[in-house]
Amino acid sequence: MVKLAEWRGKELFRRYGVPVPQGQVARSPDEAEELVRTGAVPLPCVVKAQVLAGGRGKGGAVRFANTPAEARAAAEATLGLDFKGETVKEILLEEKLAIGHEYYVSLTLDRNLRVPILIASAQGGVEIETVDDKAIDRQPVHPFPGLAAYEKRRAAKLFGLSGPTARSLDLLLDSLWRAFNQEDADLIEINPLALVGDRLIALDAKVVIEDDAVFRHPEYAEIRDDRTPLEEIAREKDIAFVQLSGNIGVIANGAGLTMATLDVLKEFGGDPGVFLDLGGTDDPKKVTEAFLLMAQAKPKAVFLNIFGGVTRCDTVATGLVEAMRQVPAADRFPLVARIRGNNEKEGIEILRAAGITATPGLKESAQAVVAAAQGRA
Amino acid sequence: MSVLVTGETRVVVQGITGHQGTVHTRQMQLFGTHVVAGVTPGKAGTSVEGVPVFDSVQEAVDASRANASCIFVPAPFARDALIESVDAGIRLAVIVTEHIPFHDMLVMYHYAREKGARIIGPNCPGIASPGKAKVGIIPNVVFQPGRVGVISRSGTLTYEIVNGIKEHGLGQSTCIGLGGDPVIGTSFVDALPYFEQDPETDAVVMVGEIGGTAEEDAAEFIAHHFTKPVVAYIAGRSAPPGKRMGHAGAIITRGKGTAETKVAALEAAGAKVARFPYEIPDLVAGVLPTEAGR
Repeated sequence: MVKLAEWRGKELFRRYGVPVPQGQVARSPDEAEELVRTGAVPLPCVVKAQVLAGGRGKGGAVRFANTPAEARAAAEATLGLDFKGETVKEILLEEKLAIGHEYYVSLTLDRNLRVPILIASAQGGVEIETVDDKAIDRQPVHPFPGLAAYEKRRAAKLFGLSGPTARSLDLLLDSLWRAFNQEDADLIEINPLALVGDRLIALDAKVVIEDDAVFRHPEYAEIRDDRTPLEEIAREKDIAFVQLSGNIGVIANGAGLTMATLDVLKEFGGDPGVFLDLGGTDDPKKVTEAFLLMAQAKPKAVFLNIFGGVTRCDTVATGLVEAMRQVPAADRFPLVARIRGNNEKEGIEILRAAGITATPGLKESAQAVVAAAQGRA
Repeated sequence: MSVLVTGETRVVVQGITGHQGTVHTRQMQLFGTHVVAGVTPGKAGTSVEGVPVFDSVQEAVDASRANASCIFVPAPFARDALIESVDAGIRLAVIVTEHIPFHDMLVMYHYAREKGARIIGPNCPGIASPGKAKVGIIPNVVFQPGRVGVISRSGTLTYEIVNGIKEHGLGQSTCIGLGGDPVIGTSFVDALPYFEQDPETDAVVMVGEIGGTAEEDAAEFIAHHFTKPVVAYIAGRSAPPGKRMGHAGAIITRGKGTAETKVAALEAAGAKVARFPYEIPDLVAGVLPTEAGR
């Protein structure tokens, strides 16, 4: 997922005609002070840390300034701050507005209904999870006719809007709908959507662009969430990589098989830490790449669970033995391999001859790798 | 009988000249499938594994009377490929391609639905009826003809489970891999009625995963409309909760979507739920009416 920082989300909103406060992004206290001094950002202003985590208001990541000097001080206090694991590198300076009421509105995909869904609530400005179900309206929108006038009127009624303000919501929802589709968004969320006089203004912007659609939007290719170097390498090789705290590394092909493997390891007292999911493939080259990647994550033991489809198990086994040789002696780890499919007997023999534990049973292999991780092997 | 794919199935492979298309055309033939045509624009007149290649699906259908499509074309072109096959009269399209944007899939799903066509996938292993035909990429070796239906959201885990059923001495009527993408053409609830009506299916194995509410919906359907025994497995009981940005997704699935809610819903609907994949074959043997599954 490409998660856009608030200021990028608001730039996108501006392009589509969604009203946002006047503001600009800064990356240093000098820049922040300058933006205010030149009037590019009117006073009084809000200084918001550009991090993806929520709860910024309570967490000291949103400050206020009445003078250029105060803007500078706010920037100094915020830039470089560690907020829930993210380092603040950018701040957004915006005009401070007199807010009448705060609403919630978002567009996302309803996987079950297989249509986009417009979610609205008159109780914005708080975490939507805390809002009572009855106060949340879910409006499925069919992709072909698109957002209909009556669906927008329904939102206006929920918000208690009429006249020019209802008209303002109508235009805003049209803009959101166009942005959602044209930008291949996974999520567009405005919380809060503020009533300022008789205008509606997006005070925040959460926009997530679908990874699989980035080929249509090269401008997003550079904006990625912070990944560890290993995660970045895995991404380039189209391997799903998740790093957690456990000590057993798991390499499997397919999300379902990976999850089933974790379930079994946990059952036998294992603590899986790093998961590499090769996707549906049993391509020996990819297995080898995943294996070498895993070596860099330094697990106590590794469980390789591959169900072979097209490739023969002996081919995968040969690649694995070769990969084991490439791992520096200091980084070696106990490996338990379970390879099922064509020629599995030959594959297991090749692995055993190279000193790798190999059994066809899921239960037996899981027990073996848990024992190895606990130093009992 | 069997479900959706039978001895009458005649497959056109879209993207047949690519690596995957070529490899799996051969595998489908070895399974006994009638692969009657291939399509790659600009490659008309050539052939792959003895299968004639055409420029368009319409030409392929006119020449070969193909009635099902297997789509391997790359993600950026998958939407057009599906629309082309539906327009050519194909009413069953298996989309193997992964990484199709869900915005494209929304268009594909609703277009196919309006025209009365069924999509399996995308990003799926496909569908196979042992002894009859296979459309997709499930390894041939895991199958043996029998009376157990399989519906799964997973890929390789499906192979694992189908193989386990075979090793237990049971066989399958039809196995459908639904695919794990955000928008899929056929869900559990869409697939279950076919098995309910199939006289050659005695029991169904359902392989689900955490996330979404497809399994809960299936449980609801099973409780009211499904009379055959169901054995289910939900992968990911121990998976760490996923990180999300924004909270809209959580609002849609509020109170659902965890392994616990799925298992509880399925058990309440009368399904036997396996805790681990290797428990499935015994459970299946236990629910089969007789030794008919052999």
